[in-house]
Amino acid sequence: MTEPRTVELEVLRYRPERDSEPVWQRYTVPYSHDLSVLQALQHVKDELDGTLSYRWSCRMAICGSCGMMVNGKPKLACETFVRDLMPGPIRIEALAHFPIERDLVVNAEGFIRKLEGIKPYLIPLQPRTLEQGEYIQTPLQLERIEQFSSCINCMLCYAACPQFGLNPEFTGPGVLALLHRYNDDSRDGGRAQRMEVMNAEEGVWSCTAVGYCSEVCPKHVDPANAVNQNKVNSAKDYFLRFLQPRGAR
Amino acid sequence: MTDGKAAPRRPFVRPMAGWWRRDPFFVRYMVREATALAVLVYAIVLTVGVVRLAQGEAAFAGWLQALRSPASLLLHLVLLASFVVHAHSWFEIMPKTMPLIFVQGKRLAAAAIQRAGWAATVLVTVLVFALALWARP
Amino acid sequence: MRRSNAPIFWLLFGAGGMLSALLGTVLVLITGLLAPLGWALGPDWMSYPRALAFAQQWLGKTFVFVVIMLFAWHAMHRLLHSLHDIGVHPGVAAKLACYGGAALITIVAAAALLSIGW
Repeated sequence: MTEPRTVELEVLRYRPERDSEPVWQRYTVPYSHDLSVLQALQHVKDELDGTLSYRWSCRMAICGSCGMMVNGKPKLACETFVRDLMPGPIRIEALAHFPIERDLVVNAEGFIRKLEGIKPYLIPLQPRTLEQGEYIQTPLQLERIEQFSSCINCMLCYAACPQFGLNPEFTGPGVLALLHRYNDDSRDGGRAQRMEVMNAEEGVWSCTAVGYCSEVCPKHVDPANAVNQNKVNSAKDYFLRFLQPRGAR
Repeated sequence: MTDGKAAPRRPFVRPMAGWWRRDPFFVRYMVREATALAVLVYAIVLTVGVVRLAQGEAAFAGWLQALRSPASLLLHLVLLASFVVHAHSWFEIMPKTMPLIFVQGKRLAAAAIQRAGWAATVLVTVLVFALALWARP
Repeated sequence: MRRSNAPIFWLLFGAGGMLSALLGTVLVLITGLLAPLGWALGPDWMSYPRALAFAQQWLGKTFVFVVIMLFAWHAMHRLLHSLHDIGVHPGVAAKLACYGGAALITIVAAAALLSIGW
């Protein structure tokens, strides 16, 4: 079986200065067995059409830059291989549920704002000075949060989440998974400061457990688990708030 | 662009209409959510039954008669199938609502929780059915 | 950000979901198919005197009430969210229709069960 010589890409273009709405454009790219969708786009930009815009950086699924819809599914372009999508044509579109700025570049400002809002850093439970040494954590304590700490902020889960699509104010799976990562870290004492986000309608309560976020996450973070676990925590806080201090474990 | 100025931003928002038809995963989600209708219908059937019971023997006989009609039997077959789908999808999603559980240092897998849920359902079904048999006139 | 009141309805949804997952199938089987058809349980399993006697006991009353109430609140919570999923905004009207409906079912069932007496 001879290898195909070329593959067709259908890319949703959008240039605000000249397009009233997005339009599909076809490109024919030379095929090779190890061709990734990102590499195919690089060929388009280098050889065929320099106006194509897209985000990318590490080429190894750790920076989270190259998220886009490939044949209708949220994927990292650098670790999506053309050989798995043959014979094509391959439909490439900007990440779903985000406004398109240009071509495959989406407006991620809302995501960044939400991320900052949950204080995504350790707020020490018992602050230690440098002389006192490290914050000690057992392997089991680490295992509680390790998968949630793997988030690379690629936003594929937001493209998967219909509740975010229907309501862009929803804090969303990725940010809530990170909120959980810090709350459940044994070294952290900042739970009370993050409760307001969790308890809001736009917090965990917009989630209807579709679960697609966890399916598409390239790092197996399982944001669906993080969000739905915290419905219990939020409910506890709601009913017991007059009996115990805010955010108590 | 030769004038050195950036193009003005005009972000394009794509419509959400028909979103759930775009992926089989979403279709399965909508089917799961549709089973709520069966739960509601059955609650109403029971409520009507209780009201008829309170209204006396003649009224309750009317309700029993209605239950024997082909329409009601067909409805209950549909309800039965829906409740099975509901139970399956409920336990499928249940592990997602629980914190990570560690048994002897190892993570309890989602599949184990799902099987436990199903086993509990089978057990309850058998127990209730046995109880119903025991309570025969 | 305003605190959501969702936990109240979510708790009812959760309890109703668990109860309907465990019990729903067998209840539908018995009350909707076996008893009316007279299969396995005999033709008089759900007769008026037996049903009345069941509903007149505390245990029977409570069981029927809890099933109806939790099934109704569970279903209405999900239907409200499903309306949102298909584009119907969950405004006051939708919430009133759904949760109001559940409340109505609860009240009607309670009234009927209480009027049956002991």
